[in-house]
Amino acid sequence: MNLVQIMFYLMAFITLGSALVVAMGKNLVRSIFMFFVTLFGLAGLYVLALADFVAVTQIVIYVGGILVLILFAFMLSGKESLAIAQQHTTPYISLKNLPAFLLAALFLVVMLNVVFNADVNNLPWVKAAIATKNVVPVNGTINNIGVSLMTRYLLPFEVISILLMIALVGAAHLSRKEGAKA
Amino acid sequence: MIGLNDFMIVSVVLFCIGLFIIVSKKNAIQILIGIELMLNAAILNLVAFGKYDRINNGGQMFALFAIVLAAATTAVALAIILNVYRQYKTIDPDKINQLKD
Repeated sequence: MNLVQIMFYLMAFITLGSALVVAMGKNLVRSIFMFFVTLFGLAGLYVLALADFVAVTQIVIYVGGILVLILFAFMLSGKESLAIAQQHTTPYISLKNLPAFLLAALFLVVMLNVVFNADVNNLPWVKAAIATKNVVPVNGTINNIGVSLMTRYLLPFEVISILLMIALVGAAHLSRKEGAKA
Repeated sequence: MIGLNDFMIVSVVLFCIGLFIIVSKKNAIQILIGIELMLNAAILNLVAFGKYDRINNGGQMFALFAIVLAAATTAVALAIILNVYRQYKTIDPDKINQLKD
């Protein structure tokens, strides 16, 4: 068991543990901040999958953008939601959540079965990639990402920039005050 | 080295936790967090498989696109949640049960 494996299990534990706290916690603020920890753990997992640029983007966009947005929405939606969220003092797995728990557990069983039967490490294209040395190197640079973003993936890049602008305008329009004359 | 299986197992568990959150929570913001967890599970798979595509970087590229899409979705969803709160004074999805004013 080398250092990479230890780091992988540590990051997986952090990610899944904090996600479980998000699922089980009754306090809304605490679950939002544990979601923050989950995102950092996922960024660590991306680094271990040799995708450091995606990891940095994850931290910048999710932690810097989405989490701040969620906190804003939580604070703007008033004290009532906080009071409702803290009223429930039921034990962790109550009978009320049993259908949801059953659904998630059965889905977990099905998906784990699929994963173990798929045998993804021996897929033909993965083997071909290993044979032709098409694997991302450990000390790789992000040079290749920039080049392919501007050549091969230029159309999706532009489309997503337009979509981002549409979402921005739409969000601004939706959150406008109803009575205000624009 | 870590195999693809390990990444997929983490991703499956994360996906199911997100599903549990979506079905069981009574707060629109927490449901949104559950959706984000499910999206992140999918992105983890993209990144893990993207390791075997050095030339085209397909997996990492689409992971980036998925992250940007998630950001756009969240911005719109939070604007909708704020509007719903202004209208109904609650963000419990079970209590929002009419389309008209």
